[in-house]
Amino acid sequence: MTTATSPAVRTANERRPAGSIAWHLGALVVLAVVLYPVIWVLGASFKPSKDIVASLDLLPTKPVWANFSGLADGISGISISTFFTNSLMYAGLAVVGVVLSSSLTAYAFAKIRFAGRNLLFTLMIGTLLLPYHVLLIPQYVLFRNLGYIDTLVPLVAGKFLATEAFFVFLMVQFMRGLPRELDEAAKLDGCGHLRTYWSIVLPLSRPAVITSAIFTFINAWNDFMGPLIYLNTPSKYTVSLGLMMFRDQEGISDYGSMIAMSLVALVPVIAFFMAFQRYLIDGMATSGLK
Amino acid sequence: MTLVKEAPARPAGKRSAAPVAGRRGRRRENLAGYLFMSPWIAGFLLLTAGPMIASLYYAFTSYNLFTPPKWVGLDNFTTMFQDPRWQKSVEVTLKYVVVATPLKLLLALGVALLLAQKRRGQGLYRAAFYMPSLIGASVSVGFVWRALFSDDAVVDRTQKIFGLDVGGWIGNPDYVLYALVALSIWQFGAPMVIFLAGLKQVPQELYEAAEMDGAGPFRRFWNITLPMISPVLFFNVLLESIHAFQVFGSAYVVSDTRCGPADATLVYTCYLYQKGFKEAQMGFASAMAWTLVVAVALVTAVLFWSQKKWVHYEEAAK
Repeated sequence: MTTATSPAVRTANERRPAGSIAWHLGALVVLAVVLYPVIWVLGASFKPSKDIVASLDLLPTKPVWANFSGLADGISGISISTFFTNSLMYAGLAVVGVVLSSSLTAYAFAKIRFAGRNLLFTLMIGTLLLPYHVLLIPQYVLFRNLGYIDTLVPLVAGKFLATEAFFVFLMVQFMRGLPRELDEAAKLDGCGHLRTYWSIVLPLSRPAVITSAIFTFINAWNDFMGPLIYLNTPSKYTVSLGLMMFRDQEGISDYGSMIAMSLVALVPVIAFFMAFQRYLIDGMATSGLK
Repeated sequence: MTLVKEAPARPAGKRSAAPVAGRRGRRRENLAGYLFMSPWIAGFLLLTAGPMIASLYYAFTSYNLFTPPKWVGLDNFTTMFQDPRWQKSVEVTLKYVVVATPLKLLLALGVALLLAQKRRGQGLYRAAFYMPSLIGASVSVGFVWRALFSDDAVVDRTQKIFGLDVGGWIGNPDYVLYALVALSIWQFGAPMVIFLAGLKQVPQELYEAAEMDGAGPFRRFWNITLPMISPVLFFNVLLESIHAFQVFGSAYVVSDTRCGPADATLVYTCYLYQKGFKEAQMGFASAMAWTLVVAVALVTAVLFWSQKKWVHYEEAAK
């Protein structure tokens, strides 16, 4: 981020600290609005249930633990850890699937010159713009006929078959940027494509692969419509559906546990985000450009 | 996708260094290409192309999952166009797209311009502003929104300070959609990052020259920044409006699972979900899905057509 500033702006800054103060004020106002809901849920999770909606205070006056200890009982006889295990399984499989299938496909697009490549690439990009909902019903019918309803198969099958065009595209863009000399040298040394892919291109594509892996994890963790449609048995529910069970109880008295559970459900996403935000943000920026 | 630049073709003099040349080598390359992308090919045929054909067929049938589909011709479409709830869902979705997309992009651009200036802590701000784009899709945030916008909660009380007494937005059919719009705008981080990347590409000499000619900040923005980032703006408008057409989770969670009250948040996909998965009218739902595809394709086509008028690519300027 060094080229973004015009010299004119920079000199104006140095001369006028007032400009800098105005800038920070503007940024802080946006920051306050953006972080408000996050801080609110953090504060609310320590409030007694009756205060959660009614109290205007951002933070609790007298913090209580009841909301979190209430979580230990689980919901409708299912422990919270079951939902987390299910979500982890889903997200973990999704990551493995996307990384393997998308990187293989991307390698073919970026490094192998085969007949029909441009046509297939256009088709792949086209799927990016296709509304998912047109596939929803026939896919449901397909997986139902195959007997995979109420399993993770319909949720992760597409990940192993590189249907997430966004990540294929991201990796293609990255692999095209790698110096050609490397894979050509490997070819001269007698490496086949599989070896070149595995020992040269894949390791060098680490930033794109990591970005895809993290996005996949977070998307799978947040996914709501997929589990809503395919999972029926509460013990197989992911965290998103588990959260909906809290809501369905509709007991205002249970507001506390619902908010506490919401916060706990966000923890993995926020943790991933904090750890990898550089990759994520740059990945987002490069996928739009370049 | 105009933003995608194909890798430049290699000059003829620098032929592939592969020792295997000629027809056999080419055939081998073809085979390798198709082997490597076999997962994608399988996925495309099985999970994209096949289902598309199937849903096109279902759209002309009456199908409840339990008995085989029965051909009914255009019945689904005629029923659909006359269905008041379908009309309502179209109205709600259009309102959502038209209000949420421009506001979100305006905020994203404004903040990107702010962050493009080199200041201390700008990386931290960038990260914080991006976070809602990742957590916004979760059910958790839907609950938080419900709580913030319900009766006697924060938003309700704040507006009372300004003398507005409309109660909570969640329970009010006139306002509940705007709670969803607010949730969408809150996730301005993803387009903001793309705007930032675009702003980085604007050559600084242009600003210096304009300043020398006496152009003020507004003129510089209008005559330099905006044309230079128009490809990025186009990309954001395209992606964000297509996403907005497909909103589901937030409508389902924020405004109770019936997309109400009074169908006020019955977005298109919510009605599609109800028809397909609650009422098992798979034919009708498929007809709805194809109508959505056509609508999205039309919007995409209009945007691509319009870009000739307002999107400037660097190549053309040179």
